[in-house]
Amino acid sequence: MKKIMFSADHEYVAADGDTATIGISDYAQDQLGDIVFVELPQVGDSFKKGDELAVVESVKAASEIYAPVDCTITAVNEALAENPEQVNSDPLGAGWLVKVSMDNEAQLDDLMDEEAYASHIA
Amino acid sequence: MSHSPPDTKPAPGPKKTALFDLHVSMGGRMVDFAGYSLPVQFSGLIDEHNHTRKSASLFDVSHMGQVSVGGADFASAAAALETILPGNLQNLKPGGMRYTVLLNADGGIEDDLIVTRPAEGEGGGKCLFIVVNAARKDHDMKIFRQFLGSELEFELHEDRSLLALQGPMAARVLANLGDAPHKLAFMQSMASSISGIRCRISRCGYTGEDGFEISVADSSAPDLASILYGDQRVMPAGLGARDSLRLEAGLCLYGHDMKDTTDPVSANILFAIGKKRRETGDFVGGDAVLSILKNGPKALRVGIVFDGRMPVREGAELVDGNGEKIGCITSGTFAPTLGSPIAMGYVPASMSETGTAVSAIVRGRKISGTVTSMPFVPQRYARRPGL
Repeated sequence: MKKIMFSADHEYVAADGDTATIGISDYAQDQLGDIVFVELPQVGDSFKKGDELAVVESVKAASEIYAPVDCTITAVNEALAENPEQVNSDPLGAGWLVKVSMDNEAQLDDLMDEEAYASHIA
Repeated sequence: MSHSPPDTKPAPGPKKTALFDLHVSMGGRMVDFAGYSLPVQFSGLIDEHNHTRKSASLFDVSHMGQVSVGGADFASAAAALETILPGNLQNLKPGGMRYTVLLNADGGIEDDLIVTRPAEGEGGGKCLFIVVNAARKDHDMKIFRQFLGSELEFELHEDRSLLALQGPMAARVLANLGDAPHKLAFMQSMASSISGIRCRISRCGYTGEDGFEISVADSSAPDLASILYGDQRVMPAGLGARDSLRLEAGLCLYGHDMKDTTDPVSANILFAIGKKRRETGDFVGGDAVLSILKNGPKALRVGIVFDGRMPVREGAELVDGNGEKIGCITSGTFAPTLGSPIAMGYVPASMSETGTAVSAIVRGRKISGTVTSMPFVPQRYARRPGL
């Protein structure tokens, strides 16, 4: 069963065992506005928690996306190259950024669950 | 929990325009810009951008500085202003408008602005009107008064709003409310009234589309905006769309594409200087401009279209084929109309030719681009009065 956790920087981690999907929250996509470009890492790249993992660009500005946990990239969302607006329309679904294997699942406990995140952005 | 001691005042926040409440009620996302709280977007930047290109959008540009110039008469006021502004002002026809720049002694641009000559009896006793950039209004007022304060009276009208109705349907919208679209061509202005609200309507804008800027007393601005929104074709638009629209139109943004160390020759806005005056140099900064014209500018502002989709923004370095730094991007975005990243930047004059290959460095990556003539998207100004 997947559980979704959120970072204070508005990334989400949808974890399933030691694998996870990472993207940005609905709140984040709304704040960024129309997304026109997403720069993704390469499969096999490894990141420490807090490293810059991707860049999401709206018409107005470029925003860095940070790794919410230590992880290694196993897949990137190739569809975003042609349709970056999927991050706006379906951030937790078709607008996912990367799939990863997590090095340390315990780091999930440092993140916020949906309820805590809802009050974080309130 | 904390509270301020009673003897300290809270820090002054951004000023609200007369339309603040209306913006908020329409879902505007408010940001601080040049000391004002203004909407950056409503429905979404690209939506608003595209709507402006195909219909009509209303922008609140009340942060702009609206200055009136009082003097003996138009002729003497225009002659005096020409000593500090290089545009041809004396030959302005009644109701005519002119884009020009305020220069310093080195030929650097202190601001860009638009001067309007009101038609006979329409100026309320004023000889000329000037609209200047929000962030420069106090600065400009100081310069105006320093040079011309003894002969002309400059007044900054902080109690007036400025509403910009922009887009191919703007003239049709306004034609239902008055005769201005049938009387004005691009860069012409008249005193008018809309549903009994007195205003000054000017056919100009910052989007590359046909459109109007309407100057109105703050007290009437919300009513006027509501009347315009009463037309189903009119949607609100924010600062975000305003920026992407002006970039596509190839229009400079002060403080970015030009600043007080940029001369108008390098900025490629020679049209801001009257033709004859490019030879006489009879204005503040004239000697410097003449010398740059004679020797040629070192760098020139150009438009660049980049390959792919990654936006290339202000501050990005430009390099030539050998990777040598040749210049810098001064503003850039993803152009919604073109579906490509576009930018303005400065390159050596020798590399300013349309079609020249240049690259920008973004996050360590080289992005290929091509020098392109501007506007990126054709301007559609009304060369004659009418719809």
